[in-house]
Amino acid sequence: MLQASGIRVTLGGTQVLSDVSVAVGPGEVVAVLGPNGAGKSTLLAVLSGAQRAFSGRVDFAGRPLGDWPPHALARQRAVMAQHSQLGFPFRVLEVVLLGRSPHAGESSRAEDLTAAEAALAEAEADHLVDRVYTTLSGGEKQRVHLARVLAQIGYPPPVGTDCRSALLLDEPTSSLDPAHQHTTLATARRAAARGVGVVAVLHDLNLAAMYADRIVMLNAGHLAAEGPPSDVLTEDTVAAVFGLPVHVTRHPTRNCPHIVAL
Amino acid sequence: MSSVAASGLAAVAERHRRRSIFAISALAVGFVAIFLLSVGWGAVPIPPGQVVAILAEPLGLDLPWAFDTRESTVLLAIRLPRAVLAVLTGAALAVSGAALQGLFRNPMADPALIGVSNGAALAAVGVIVLGVGTGVFGLYALPAAAFVGGLVATVIVYRIASRGGRTEIATMLLAGIAINAMAAAGIGMLIFISDDRQLRELNFWLLGGLGGVTWEKLLPAVPFVLLAVVVIPLLARRLNALLLGETEALHLGFHVENTKRLIVTLAALATGGTVALTGVIGFVGLVVPHLVRLLIGPDHRILLPASILLGAGLMLLADLFARTIVLPAELPVGILTSCVGGPFFIWLLVRYRAIGGW
Repeated sequence: MLQASGIRVTLGGTQVLSDVSVAVGPGEVVAVLGPNGAGKSTLLAVLSGAQRAFSGRVDFAGRPLGDWPPHALARQRAVMAQHSQLGFPFRVLEVVLLGRSPHAGESSRAEDLTAAEAALAEAEADHLVDRVYTTLSGGEKQRVHLARVLAQIGYPPPVGTDCRSALLLDEPTSSLDPAHQHTTLATARRAAARGVGVVAVLHDLNLAAMYADRIVMLNAGHLAAEGPPSDVLTEDTVAAVFGLPVHVTRHPTRNCPHIVAL
Repeated sequence: MSSVAASGLAAVAERHRRRSIFAISALAVGFVAIFLLSVGWGAVPIPPGQVVAILAEPLGLDLPWAFDTRESTVLLAIRLPRAVLAVLTGAALAVSGAALQGLFRNPMADPALIGVSNGAALAAVGVIVLGVGTGVFGLYALPAAAFVGGLVATVIVYRIASRGGRTEIATMLLAGIAINAMAAAGIGMLIFISDDRQLRELNFWLLGGLGGVTWEKLLPAVPFVLLAVVVIPLLARRLNALLLGETEALHLGFHVENTKRLIVTLAALATGGTVALTGVIGFVGLVVPHLVRLLIGPDHRILLPASILLGAGLMLLADLFARTIVLPAELPVGILTSCVGGPFFIWLLVRYRAIGGW
């Protein structure tokens, strides 16, 4: 669904990404991991179309990203940033409805409200609907933006249908308490089960191990490792990429690796 | 998704919609009332019924309120151009303030504070003193020059204050101070080389007033201002998206660079067009959108039309005060708006510091 190959990005004379290729298909959750400055956010910016200065090729649904009309792309691909700059006192409902902007003219107000409501419920933010956005905590704001990007791609779709869209999440759990870190990634997993392709930049190796189908490990702009969590999250790879000595065990209940720092 | 939640969300949405409709209706009614009051008030009082009858006469409507030719002449030749100017000025300053605040993503952007008005004024004063403005060409030269001056100032402030899709309030205000200082220096220089007749004409720019306007002076600026006042509200969705951040607006499918250019150009058109006629009238663009946000929130689809109505109404009211409070003289309305707007701005600064808005 979303494929990037041979991506090189040079910012201010420094090569931030060198020859990185990633792909996410429908129904897949791909986690992007790596130390600070590894190029994770830049890779996400290339995938989303925000970073236009790169060499290589990015295709979305079989078509070069640059060939997509912005509105059509926005209906099928949503991006959640690390931090939002929104500083005006919108109500939460209004913020989520902003996600419906690309559907203007094609979706009725009732449809927009239905989409907003379903997305708010998915993001566990439905109780905030009439709150003023600027008075929310960081974690609550993050969940409102999750609802906004879900509403943008029309997730969850009507029962019995799929949602063939892409969701790009830049550190979606950075401001969340442990319970909501899990609910947010469980939402991403559920979206994948309905056909959405998810790319999430994460810092927590264990969250990636639990929720990702595949992990893309970046180090200093290079692709350090790629594959299922059990293949990528090894003691050697984590030690080499993060410079952090770890012990890898199995998760007690889930069939995935569990990383313990030594 | 329980049905309880469904009705809750629908109820919230319905409440927002009703509040918006009520606010716009109330502002529209208030505007009409102030307009009738304002054009009827003066040495020759004209009751609202007669005002409506005089205005309806050219349309071929014969209304029951009898009026004499003196009332009709006073209204059409003196009061009406001034009221139209007040309406255009208030609407233009308020809507361009609201649009600039959306563009800069902060509520302190005001055409006069960030140097747009003074940039426009410098160019307009230049046209007067350097004498480009004679005849029909001169009538259009003034608003055109003011537009260019305002545009240059806006672009400079935006370039300084905005980096990588972010703008800082402090940097924006400091850039505005610098532009205002440079424009003041330029205006000072032009005053220095101007003759007595020009000096009298210039005085009016420096204080900001609606006095002495005629249809001949007013009409050339109308297309500039009207274009901006009509088109800016059409950008409401884009401005809403811009408040999320430039990258977010891009991801929502908007052409961010085009939108920014459009807003800068339209705000300069609106501000330049009015500055050419009235000089610098401060704080309208700051105060009006703020009041509207307090009433009905920041959604530009309501904020922009509501700012136009409130800006026009408040400017009519301010001008009514300005021309009646010190009879037989009249106060330049810019002094009045600054008396109200200055303390309001200080209150805003204090409030923003208190909530860590820097």
